[in-house]
Amino acid sequence: MGLAAAFWIMAVVAVVAALGVVFLRNVFRAALALVLCFITVAGLYITLSADFLAAVQILVYVGAISVLIILAIMMTREVQQGSPTNKMKLPAFIVAAVLLGIMIYTVTKTSWQIAAESPLTPTTVPLATKLFSENGFILPVEIAAMLILAAILGAIVIAREK
Amino acid sequence: MTIGLEHYLVLSAVLFCIGLYGALTKRNAVIILMCIELMLNAVNISLVAFSSYIVPLLLTGQVFAIFVMVVAAAEVAVGLAIILAIYRGLTDIDANNINLMKW
Repeated sequence: MGLAAAFWIMAVVAVVAALGVVFLRNVFRAALALVLCFITVAGLYITLSADFLAAVQILVYVGAISVLIILAIMMTREVQQGSPTNKMKLPAFIVAAVLLGIMIYTVTKTSWQIAAESPLTPTTVPLATKLFSENGFILPVEIAAMLILAAILGAIVIAREK
Repeated sequence: MTIGLEHYLVLSAVLFCIGLYGALTKRNAVIILMCIELMLNAVNISLVAFSSYIVPLLLTGQVFAIFVMVVAAAEVAVGLAIILAIYRGLTDIDANNINLMKW
């Protein structure tokens, strides 16, 4: 029962915060709404018993990505100009609404094969063995490290003063 | 009423469509990046929900969500660097005015 209440509170706050990201005039407030949305998503991970992912969500999204976004907002002086929309408002709304309808229809009509077991908790040790073991995901982990390195170097090269 | 897989998937679809609408309509490049982050988060919710409802002992969805987070972090770093470089050249990050590569 408590889990259901937690889910509904978090879901409502997440949707309201997402609407705030799209519809708030002030860019800085939109960024703060995005941070709130990230935090509620971390809460949703906890209700799904994904504790490690919730911690990573807080660290990476709330800690790092939001700081990067706010830094970019501060450095581009766009706060005063607000976040105007372009001329594609109605077509974009129709596309998003139709896609939402199709997805909700598909999700509710499909009969999912829900497993009987309750999920693993805590997930940190099983995730680590999955990621780093011999026949696990060690190659994608290495590739992800290379991707991060390339992204850091690329960001430095693109953003530095000429 | 117990919370099932469908609740999480519908919530994920709602967040994804809000992000999609924002990414399609906004003119501020930073807001577009924020909306893309919103869409990636929505996808992560559905991945984790699938992982804990359908294969609760395998955790493959959570591993995939970790890799989505890695790619999202790399994407936002490079994207914001590009936005700052454009701003330095044009003193503007309005997506309607960034048309150097249009013909």
